[in-house]
Amino acid sequence: MLDVKNLSVVLSKRRVLHALNFTIRNGEVVGLLGPNGAGKSTLMRALSGQYPIEGAIKLDEHDLPSLSIAERARNLAYLPQTRIIGWPMRVRDVVALGRLPWRALGQRSSAADAEAVQHALDLMDVAHLADRTATELSGGEQARVLAARAVAQDTRLLIADEPASGLDPAHQIMMMEALRRIARQGRMVFVSLHDLTLAARWCDRVIMLKDGEIAGDGSPGLMMQPQRLAHVFGVRAHFALDTEGLILAPTGLIQR
Amino acid sequence: MRPALLNVGLTAIVLVAALLSLAVGPAGLGVTESVTGIVAGGSDVGAIILREIRLPRTILALAIGSTLGLSGAVLQGFLRNPLAEPGLIGVSGMASLGAVLLFYFGVAGSALYVLPAGALLGALIAVVLLLVLAARSNSTLTLILAGVALSSLAGALTSLVLSLSPNPFASYEIIFWLLGSLKDRSMEHVWLALPLMIAGWLLIALAGRAINALSLGEEAAATMGINLSRARTVIVLGVALSVGAATAVAGAIGFIGLMVPHLLRPFTSGMPRQLLLPSALGGGALLLVADTVCRVVLPASELNVGVVTALIGAPFFLWLVVRTRREVA
Repeated sequence: MLDVKNLSVVLSKRRVLHALNFTIRNGEVVGLLGPNGAGKSTLMRALSGQYPIEGAIKLDEHDLPSLSIAERARNLAYLPQTRIIGWPMRVRDVVALGRLPWRALGQRSSAADAEAVQHALDLMDVAHLADRTATELSGGEQARVLAARAVAQDTRLLIADEPASGLDPAHQIMMMEALRRIARQGRMVFVSLHDLTLAARWCDRVIMLKDGEIAGDGSPGLMMQPQRLAHVFGVRAHFALDTEGLILAPTGLIQR
Repeated sequence: MRPALLNVGLTAIVLVAALLSLAVGPAGLGVTESVTGIVAGGSDVGAIILREIRLPRTILALAIGSTLGLSGAVLQGFLRNPLAEPGLIGVSGMASLGAVLLFYFGVAGSALYVLPAGALLGALIAVVLLLVLAARSNSTLTLILAGVALSSLAGALTSLVLSLSPNPFASYEIIFWLLGSLKDRSMEHVWLALPLMIAGWLLIALAGRAINALSLGEEAAATMGINLSRARTVIVLGVALSVGAATAVAGAIGFIGLMVPHLLRPFTSGMPRQLLLPSALGGGALLLVADTVCRVVLPASELNVGVVTALIGAPFFLWLVVRTRREVA
């Protein structure tokens, strides 16, 4: 379980996150929603140890900020929003980078490493691209390759910053399905999204962030209410329901 | 290409280039005489020429070329920037400045160790400044910017010293040194520079994991168990030690650090770490050949090797850039 207590982040003397409290339980996909600039990426970076924080973050029995860099990487994987593949590397090699925290300096990759890499490739539907050069793939394919790298890290908690943005509809659904499957293995997934329908249908719980404060935390059905969407995003939305859940389409701005 | 095959091939090229380097010179000794001269020893003129003149030159060309190739490869990987090279972070510029100042004060020739010591001191100051400036942020961009600023400053100060130079002879000495040369180097130079270069190589080798992880960006690397600030310190120190020592004994030799990693990258898997050893071997081979060419083309006055690497390097590099751009487009 991830237990966040009174988490505040101050960047360049400006308080960006204000005393946040929330938890993520084992087996849960928790969506993070909020307008641009609400602090979603800051929260994800802070959790993954990239910013100094105030407050406490506990992951299972660990006090997260006090873990060593290597130990943290064995417990928590982070998929950045900015997708970078710096050199013309093979897809399999890119995904295998996720195994770095599990190998001592100079140690060769093991059978367990190869298995984790193959599992990640399969899960993100990029196994057929394994021997291609990653930089020559389409943007959506690269996004899945990088997601597979984070999956290969094989951690208790996976934090993904907008993993579905820029993907075609089929692969957006595939990405959410993959995250759910990871969670169902008893892990925790924390994912930021802009697509309200994706959040409503695929997340077990949704946390809404506005101006660095939590503006809602609960089941998608509870969170996706006209008043709350108006307050957090400043939009009107069309609501529909089918057998698998909510469908939301923003239809207009609310004058504030 | 398989990494082992590439490394074996490059090692073979290095060996051939080293033998050629030993065999070519004004004294007209062939390959066989060169090798027997070194292995068997002896006190005849041929053996002395080989041991005292050609052998140190060959060793230095190999070691300095390797240093430049290796440093270029590690910096390109670390900064995720194909334009990175040892000159970029200001270490060679500051090393040159250190040496040039000694020329200016007329003490450069007072002892064999004075000039290299000045250059090393310059390189050291560059490292301290870089680490202090870059330590404030975790960004590699800060390091590039600080390096560029340092390079410009060193270049400006070098020009200033040159224009204030007391006599034409000192200016001539400075210019000659700035062009880079391996002429008239002795085993003392080897013993002075080689240990520092090897120390630098070992540090750079420690950074292999970090530069692999950094190919997915700093955010990803930082959450993949890589201590970025330690990686930066190790790389900057390694490059500074080895390039500082190289510049100290041979002056500024350009283009190898930029060109060799580019030339060899298509033959590797693209992982930055896999480029380190091939770049070291390729840099060594290239400088050996360039230095041999210097002796052959103008035997009487001898070209500066820095001029030759730039003359071969720049057009070739341009061709390479145009070709790869066309393939991508």
